Amino acid sequence: MTVLVFVETEAGHARQASRSAIAAASKLGEVHALVVGDAASVGASADAAAKIPGVTKVLKAGNDALAHTLAEPLADLLVSLAGDYSHIVAAASSVGKNVLPRAAALLDVQPIPDVLDIVDADTFVRPIYAGNALATVKSADAKKVLTIRATSFDPAPAEGGSAAIEDAAAPAAGDTSRFVSAETPTSDRPELESARVIVSGGRGLQNGENFKTVLEPLADKLGAAIGASRVAVDSGYVPNDYQVGQTGKIVAPELYIAVGISGAIQHLAGMKDSKVIVAINKDEDAPIFQVADYGLVGDLFDVVPKLAAAL
Amino acid sequence: MQGRPQDPASHRRQRVSGKKTMKILVPVKRVVDYNIKVRPKADGTGVETAGLKMSMNPFDEIAVEEALRLREKGAATEVVAVSIGVQQAQDTLRTAMAMGADRAILVLTEESPEPLAVAKILKAIVERETPDLLILGKQAIDDDMNATGQMLAGLLGWPQGTFASKVELADGRAEVAREVDGGTEVVSIALPAIVTADLRLNEPRYASLPNIMKAKKKPLETLQASDLGVDTTRRLTVVSVAEPPARKAGVKVGSVEELVEKLRNEAKVI
Repeated sequence: MTVLVFVETEAGHARQASRSAIAAASKLGEVHALVVGDAASVGASADAAAKIPGVTKVLKAGNDALAHTLAEPLADLLVSLAGDYSHIVAAASSVGKNVLPRAAALLDVQPIPDVLDIVDADTFVRPIYAGNALATVKSADAKKVLTIRATSFDPAPAEGGSAAIEDAAAPAAGDTSRFVSAETPTSDRPELESARVIVSGGRGLQNGENFKTVLEPLADKLGAAIGASRVAVDSGYVPNDYQVGQTGKIVAPELYIAVGISGAIQHLAGMKDSKVIVAINKDEDAPIFQVADYGLVGDLFDVVPKLAAAL
Repeated sequence: MQGRPQDPASHRRQRVSGKKTMKILVPVKRVVDYNIKVRPKADGTGVETAGLKMSMNPFDEIAVEEALRLREKGAATEVVAVSIGVQQAQDTLRTAMAMGADRAILVLTEESPEPLAVAKILKAIVERETPDLLILGKQAIDDDMNATGQMLAGLLGWPQGTFASKVELADGRAEVAREVDGGTEVVSIALPAIVTADLRLNEPRYASLPNIMKAKKKPLETLQASDLGVDTTRRLTVVSVAEPPARKAGVKVGSVEELVEKLRNEAKVI
């Protein structure tokens, strides 16, 4: 069995979530990686994917249509390559979730999203009802299309392998779907999905200014990424890409510090696999304390600066 | 819309109004209400849903709202709600019509079909209704698949704008702002197209009592999935459904100093 993993790359390196997808795919069989991009940069991306141990071949396709991972050309590319593979796999990222179901439909396959565990080549565990239940499902499709929840599989290392690189025929660009622009704020902080420590804020922060003045100094001390609850994002305190939860990012850092977050099911679904959880909340009955290893009942505006000072 | 067949009703509307029609189809799903925490059945065959309050999938409410706003600002002329499922799904369709959808279609199936089958049924409905735009919720909060919109787009060969936080229609295209991992991305897609709604696209309205009464008189057509010639055989068999491993509550600490001490010496994470 050979598995095709779509690998997302950024500035010439493979994203950690994609390396987790490679680790998951390695449990199923031999792994080939597909990387795409514009013609100028796809070579460097392919080199990065070729170094990931466990990858035996890298397929690269570069053109303007693929440069922004638009679903339409990328799904067509996956379908054109699918014949050789038993499983088509990607990380359950915003790109994976956008593209793989489209490719699956074209292959007449029911995709299996958010795989947490692989039982055998046909059988997979995935969360339903915001993670309140885990379903083990067996697929009758000849080919499987899977997205992998990155936090459930330790990522394959970035270095150590040396796979062969081949060109794949890139689909022609159409005009029905066009990339217009992207707003992707850059930050010196680690990315939420790969951070060792996350400091997350909720309704208790009251406004965006307090994220800066109260949470940031603590995050700076810890070298942490900053996350947020849905309420904090919906209220406009921070942008949408900060959101941790069922419909935001799923994270599992070594240390997750929840500040002024009550702990709605929706939020817990995104962070309850963190190794150590700290909750700071003035409401001692907040549900977040039911999953926290260490709970501190108190006013965050008093406690958080003290904590930052004590580190 | 040139080069695509239109249904007779839309021709009639064009003659009457003298304006171009723009029809939006909004699929809606009946799911366990989002406030309810479901539990696996004791025998592990599924989740316990008997007697639970059912509601429209929250992402679908956002999709309905967006379609209504487009109609209200003159960018669309008709909003049609579709649901696929058991007879009681007509309650969900009445809710969509109470919010403002013009009419509804119920496709009856015996059980809750998988996204692949739903996408095939919707494709058959699209071929009958020839809408210009479909707006779907990005995922249903029961199976959390996040797949139907993308799959339907694939089957139809239409472009897709998923996880939308903003939708604007102009010159036969939709400009869609999408919520992506790194921030926001804007794509421009040619109509007919598929859009899936993310949380921040809008805040859905509540249906007023007079509108709930009015919705009872709006047309609701019922079809059988089998009449559409779609194979709804499940591809996935549920082997078991279980509770996730529980996380134990830890300890409450009395002070910042105690917290720092525990993190350093007990958890060893700082």
